[in-house]
Amino acid sequence: MRAVHELSICTSLARIVEAHADGRVVEVVHLEVGYLRQVIPATLRYSWEIVVLDTPLAGSVLDINHIPAVLHCRDCDARTVIEVPVFRCGCGSVAVDVVGGEELLVTSLDLAGPRTLAPPRS
Amino acid sequence: MGRFHYHADGTGHSHDDDDHDHDSAHEHDHRHEGGVGDHSGYTTGGLRVDVLEKILGENDHTAEANRSDFAEAHVHVVNMMSSPGAGKTTLLREVLLHIGATLRVGIVEGDVETSIDADRLAGLGAPVSLINTANGFGGECHLDATMVRSALPRLPLADLDLLIIENVGNLVCPAEFDVGEDARAMVFSITEGEEKPLKYPVMFRSADLVVVNKIDLLPHLDFDLAAFYSNLRDVNPHVRTIETSAKTGLGVDDVCNWLRALADHG
Repeated sequence: MRAVHELSICTSLARIVEAHADGRVVEVVHLEVGYLRQVIPATLRYSWEIVVLDTPLAGSVLDINHIPAVLHCRDCDARTVIEVPVFRCGCGSVAVDVVGGEELLVTSLDLAGPRTLAPPRS
Repeated sequence: MGRFHYHADGTGHSHDDDDHDHDSAHEHDHRHEGGVGDHSGYTTGGLRVDVLEKILGENDHTAEANRSDFAEAHVHVVNMMSSPGAGKTTLLREVLLHIGATLRVGIVEGDVETSIDADRLAGLGAPVSLINTANGFGGECHLDATMVRSALPRLPLADLDLLIIENVGNLVCPAEFDVGEDARAMVFSITEGEEKPLKYPVMFRSADLVVVNKIDLLPHLDFDLAAFYSNLRDVNPHVRTIETSAKTGLGVDDVCNWLRALADHG
């Protein structure tokens, strides 16, 4: 199979994590991934293992909080979690804004405790 | 199944080591059943560092740089997407032949490998800058803002009215990457099936124009055109659509007019 965009996402992610870790050992990378981002969590985790192999981030894992797709209706003000890709409010209006489900964020990192601190970068 | 699937109860899905859903926003139950990523005991007494960064922030930043270069050169840009074989390149050939000298068009041609598509567009008066995405992992499935940026020095941007970026044929990945375009056009062929907007809602929703191509084949197929439009409206209620046959030339003028309007007004 051809490369998937999860690999590109993990490459970008690794750069961000490395910058914030600043040489310290990362155990967990916490992410928010919206349903509308077409990212498959299992594929993302697998891609992460490939991308961080033989790097200081090897052994770190992704914790993926999968965020549902939520619409806000401009006509009736209702918020609706949609479970199929029909972008229409229960009231029938299509004047809806997507207010959840498009996240693709690194929220935080868990670093290893003091005993396993990596030596400072030279 | 497509990538857009939900599990309302957060469990009960049978396909491989898929996502662990969360019924309540931050109650993490870290069970990874089998396969990759079997990890327990995430809490280590270590340090939690807040990050809050967009993962594709760097791409977005480069896309803005592209956008700013396009604005400076007064060139408008359309990102053209479709599945493989929908007829992007054939349609583009027809567009270039029709639009002729009335609009100065440049092409960025994205392909996993080969220059076949770029060759098909050569000699029609439009400069073509080819990007082969094959590298390292065996070929990217999309163009990102950095790849498009690398193609720009080979084009006389300031002499163009319109830049058409022919993305890699794929209904999923290209939708995730802003490359600095003003508008997105999808080429959908009726040989693909009327359910496609529901299976690939992100790309169909992001489109400003959906070209319904190979319409000359309608009498020969079981394709339900009304159902297709209904599915498309569910995903993208106000999207402009144009029916075309790149083969017979039907609708090509309408596509040219849409592109002219984009070049004139953004």
